Amino acid sequence: MSMELLLASAIGVIAASGIYLLLRARTFPVVLGLTLLSYAVNLLLFASGGLTLSGAPILEPTKTSYTDPLPQALVLTAIVIGFAMTAFVLVLALRARQELGVDHVDGRRDKPRENAGGES
Amino acid sequence: MNHWVIAPILLPLAAAIVLLLLGIGRRRVQRGLGLASVIGQVALALGLLAYADGGELLVYRLGDWPTPFGIVLVLDRLSALMLAVTACIALFSLWYALQGTDERGRNFHALFQFQLAGLNGAFLTGDVFNLFVFFELLLIASYALLLHGGGAERLRNGIHYVVFNLVASALFLVGVAMLYASLGTLNMADMARAVAELPPERSDMAHAGGLVLLVVFGAKAAVLPLYFWLPSAYRSATAPVAALFSVMTKVGAYAILRLFTLVFGPDAGPTGSIAEPWILGVALATLAAGTLGLLASRDVRTLIAYSVVISVGMLLGGIGLFSVEGIRAGVYYLAQSTLVLAGLFLLADLIARQRHVLGDRLESGTALERRGLLGILFLAGAVAVVGLPPLSGFVGKALLLQAAVDLEAVRWVWPVVLVSSALSLVAFSRAGSVLFWKSGGRAPERETPALAPGLWVPCACLLAFAALFIIAAAPALEYADATARQLLDPSVYVRAVLETANVSR
Repeated sequence: MSMELLLASAIGVIAASGIYLLLRARTFPVVLGLTLLSYAVNLLLFASGGLTLSGAPILEPTKTSYTDPLPQALVLTAIVIGFAMTAFVLVLALRARQELGVDHVDGRRDKPRENAGGES
Repeated sequence: MNHWVIAPILLPLAAAIVLLLLGIGRRRVQRGLGLASVIGQVALALGLLAYADGGELLVYRLGDWPTPFGIVLVLDRLSALMLAVTACIALFSLWYALQGTDERGRNFHALFQFQLAGLNGAFLTGDVFNLFVFFELLLIASYALLLHGGGAERLRNGIHYVVFNLVASALFLVGVAMLYASLGTLNMADMARAVAELPPERSDMAHAGGLVLLVVFGAKAAVLPLYFWLPSAYRSATAPVAALFSVMTKVGAYAILRLFTLVFGPDAGPTGSIAEPWILGVALATLAAGTLGLLASRDVRTLIAYSVVISVGMLLGGIGLFSVEGIRAGVYYLAQSTLVLAGLFLLADLIARQRHVLGDRLESGTALERRGLLGILFLAGAVAVVGLPPLSGFVGKALLLQAAVDLEAVRWVWPVVLVSSALSLVAFSRAGSVLFWKSGGRAPERETPALAPGLWVPCACLLAFAALFIIAAAPALEYADATARQLLDPSVYVRAVLETANVSR
């Protein structure tokens, strides 16, 4: 029971942190938020087969306890896809910072900084 | 096994890989290969459409794994129709792109083929997790295609589009995890079996998982609270990309139609029909919101982007009735509106090309070259989208109204659809009169490039589907009717997929 509680609260905390960061207005926290959210989702996906300690994922004659191998395969796929997407978003965010001159998600400039005349 | 089913995925994938290996620079080879692949896909899609119309389901087991363990591809009438619509749009938008749009950035052709591979795969797969993978394939290609051409505005809208879709993908996985935890399978046919056998006390998680997926597909289809990404994204995409994107919202609608007739259909026991209370209301609200957006549009591309939102509302309205008549209306409307809207996106670009500074903004400017031709194309597109008699939109809307007539929902469907059509007519007439009648006072400031046939012919071909769907209305409606019957009888699908498991070759 304690393992389920620990995993469930870990997923909850990570997802909540991810969503908080996602709602920030700068691209870097948003990318971090997306990453955290995908971690939480991967853990959830992993847990969807049930939590089994030291079970074998494939048939072995000596083993009696088994764990579901499919969620592991799903998580692996999700991790790879999430990795590619994060790389893409990072490149996109860098490119946007370069072209728009600001890292705001709407490409908006902050008023005070503009008054200070810091940027062209 | 019939290996043709996988060809619509393999052909663009192979073409894309070869295009990437070719590298940048060999323009003529790249264009030829891209075009050949798209023409091949049209031929394949038409062949599969003819096969699917026989009523038989084609099940293809990847790697020949027994069914609930391996991934299956399933071809039925609905997926064959979606393949055909996608291939037609791809052909004409690629033809349009060959006139120079493809050179505004790198790797346009490879990305275009990757996008098609993702779309075709999403329409063919019979496995929910595989659907997720194909969604990601088409999305990552669409991220890059959206940015094709560069520029600050595209980047800004691109970030919104990418982040929004990544969050939707995360939610997709949440739904998948919940469904797997409660059903123990992700094969759609096997899920349908498992849902029906689910004891009532364990059905809550499956119920919640199904509704999470409804939210995800609603986000892809751009329904009411989740459509705000669409107008700015479609507005800033280059014309051939926007034309291809008009299929993308339909992927969401397709997934809703597939999942909530097959897995959570009326026969699914305690979790049956879970989406019914939501879809119709959301569809009508989307229709209303899209119409308001249409009236407020200040340029042609935003106008058409909101028409995409309206068309999603219309076809989900048909699906939301969950009757043969309703789904028939939805399927017919889906096919014709997607093709016509793609044509209109190309037309908007044709207009914008000639107006230099004004672009496609709805302000009177210089006279357009070939005003008569463009005006007639705009008129045809507007008539088809608004749903006036001679063209196909009329039949689609009339079918939806007819489908609702005996139901209690008629109180909502009729007023919303009719008022929305009237207001769309106002918006399109205003746009047309500004562009074609109020323009022309001033002489052009600069030499406008001649309107090459390679630009307007693809656009005209796409708009001609509005006429084709009227001339061939009887076969089209028969096909839509048979599709609706096939979707509402999921037992055939389930049996076809699960029974092939026991047949060894």
